[in-house]
Amino acid sequence: MSAGGAAILAADEHGGAAVHYAAASGAFSLTWLLIALPLAGAAVLLLGGRRTDRWGHLLGTLTAAASFVVGLVLFFGLLDRSGDDRAVSQHLYSWIPVNGFQVDVGLLFDQLSAVFVLLITGVGTLIHIYSIGYMSHDPGRRRFFAYMNLFLASMLLLVLGNNFLVLYGGWELVGLSSFLLIKFWEYKPAAATAANKAFYMNRVGDVGLALAIMFMFSTVGSTNYDSVFGAAAADVIGYGTITAMALLLLLGACGKSGQFPLQAWLPDAMEGPTPISALIHAATMVTAGVYLIVRAAPIFDQTQAARTVVLIIGAVTILIGCVIGCAYDDIKKVLAYSTVSQIGYMFLAVGLGPAGYALGIMHLLAHGFFKAGLFLGSGSVIHGMDGEQDMRRYGGLWRHMPITWVTFGLGYLAIIGFPGLSGFFTKDRIIETALAKGGTSGYIYGGVALLGAGITAFYMTRLFLMTFHGKARWEHDGPEAKHPHESPATMTGPMMLLAVGSVFAGGLFVLGSSMQNWLAPVVGEHGEAHHDISPAVVTALVLVVSAGGFAGAYLRYQLRPVEAVARPDAEVSVVTVAARRDLYANTFNEVVAMRPGQYLTRFLVWADNVGIDGFVRGSAAAVGGLSGRLRRTQTGFVRSYALSMLGGTVLVVGALLLTRAG
Amino acid sequence: MNPANYLILSGLLFTIGATGVLVRRNAIVVFMSIELMLNAVNLTLVTFSRIHGTLEGQIMAFFVMVVAAAEVVVGLAIILAIFRTRRSASVDDVNLLKY
Repeated sequence: MSAGGAAILAADEHGGAAVHYAAASGAFSLTWLLIALPLAGAAVLLLGGRRTDRWGHLLGTLTAAASFVVGLVLFFGLLDRSGDDRAVSQHLYSWIPVNGFQVDVGLLFDQLSAVFVLLITGVGTLIHIYSIGYMSHDPGRRRFFAYMNLFLASMLLLVLGNNFLVLYGGWELVGLSSFLLIKFWEYKPAAATAANKAFYMNRVGDVGLALAIMFMFSTVGSTNYDSVFGAAAADVIGYGTITAMALLLLLGACGKSGQFPLQAWLPDAMEGPTPISALIHAATMVTAGVYLIVRAAPIFDQTQAARTVVLIIGAVTILIGCVIGCAYDDIKKVLAYSTVSQIGYMFLAVGLGPAGYALGIMHLLAHGFFKAGLFLGSGSVIHGMDGEQDMRRYGGLWRHMPITWVTFGLGYLAIIGFPGLSGFFTKDRIIETALAKGGTSGYIYGGVALLGAGITAFYMTRLFLMTFHGKARWEHDGPEAKHPHESPATMTGPMMLLAVGSVFAGGLFVLGSSMQNWLAPVVGEHGEAHHDISPAVVTALVLVVSAGGFAGAYLRYQLRPVEAVARPDAEVSVVTVAARRDLYANTFNEVVAMRPGQYLTRFLVWADNVGIDGFVRGSAAAVGGLSGRLRRTQTGFVRSYALSMLGGTVLVVGALLLTRAG
Repeated sequence: MNPANYLILSGLLFTIGATGVLVRRNAIVVFMSIELMLNAVNLTLVTFSRIHGTLEGQIMAFFVMVVAAAEVVVGLAIILAIFRTRRSASVDDVNLLKY
């Protein structure tokens, strides 16, 4: 099927909105610069070595900012074009020109990649600036910026590729940069282990993505978006095949986004420097799974079964993240589980189909702002408290870090869905749409999301109160004394900008359904949902539930004192015990995946040592022993040689005579 | 006269030569035994030449003589060299090249 025909077919399926990829011209022929700039930065910093130590962080920040400027120019270029002509494809070069298997490296700058490019480069630039201050005392700062630049380039490649194989390349490269940055402080055993864990668990997901791409090639004969989506929309792929394809894509998405059942790596990844937790493990990379599902919307549109699985995974993950988030005292772990559960909301949204794709992306963008802001705020607190991450040893910090308090507070209000802030608009719409799905399942998904909103309010309030309010619980004098102080301007500046984004982004997206209209050509029209419960009632419900969560946390953590050190005899419920052990996810992985693997490798080593090595060594020993005995016949006596020659001759002659006679 | 007698004589000579090579230690005697074996073969060749009435066997005997003469030159030189270094002509003393 030709690419053009496929695109037209895809267009028909999407309610008449013409989806065709215009060839890049003018400013759009510079799309490659988006990736090339940070890549060049990474190359200079990594190859330049110590010579670049003095200005490495400035170059890294500059390339990120330049990439953001290019992104802005292209975005406005996109705005200038008419609504149905906003997908620009640039062919770069032929990657695999084999007969019957053509893969071209090309970039696709459309409505969906545009918002991602702006999020990645925008938040990325802010976090680069923040890192100048945060990493100022670290001897490896130049290397840190090199990896950050590498990450930006990889992530941009992921969202800009115009076929699945290029996406896969970016997918693996972000995995690599994530690995490099988690183990940035590799002398800490926990960081090295966490990096390995993240890498292994991501491999599980990546196998799914790779298999999905192979499925595409074997059924469609191409991995280009337009061909694959055209074939999917034209219904030429069997239902079983396309469901398998979608489920494999989902496996890849779960791995990268830390969704159930592959969620266990994300909280451990917090061993990396805090700016990394903000950029990679909250705002951008972990949302790649959501991007993948939205990008592959034409595939998921064909298979209700896979979509149900997406919904279930989203709902389960919301609850897992919320419940565990209540149990941890490490500020970054709580935020990490909060990320897990918020991405669960995005999965739930995109699992709802065309009604939810844009909502998922909206929540993703809003989450990118407020969660990055929250992580940067936590980094500022950790920075000011000399590396202390235990919230039980915080308290009363608002007086010492006013800017962090305000910016963190705005992010906190945004995530719990305070009316008027980002989270209120985006999360509310997801719950609304889930309830509007209809039937019992709609009530279950909506109920889970509603419950999640309440628990989110609880654990985020707990985090906020334990950190900034109440009695100061850190050491005031002695060798362990802490001197909390506000962070430098390079750190507070980005936090303020992200706080502004946390406040206004959500409202901007829902205003006149701007984001839904903007994304409609890519993901299809959202249509009018049939609401069993009116949106106003849902909003009121969400507010009541969230207020309940807030009140619970306020009663427990503000009005009652918080212990600075856990009492060993403290009675905790079964749920708390389970939550403190990550709901036994690690235990499960260990029992199901790691131990059998270990036993298998042990058996293989044993079989190798005893079986294969035994055979090889045994035959060598047999030959050696035999020759050692045969050697003895070489006596050095000429007469005995003559005798054996005579004997041999007699034998040969005898044999000849015998055969002659016979 | 029956040519078989010559062949029997030749076999006897060859056996005596081979036994000499195997049982005697003196290199000169071993050498002489080898000459005896060669000449036994020569006798066989000439006998068969006579039986068949052709000349190939006799020509072959000449070749064997030439080779035997050359072999004597080399072999005696080696025996002399060994005798000079070891003061012995026993073949059992020359047993360095072994396992």
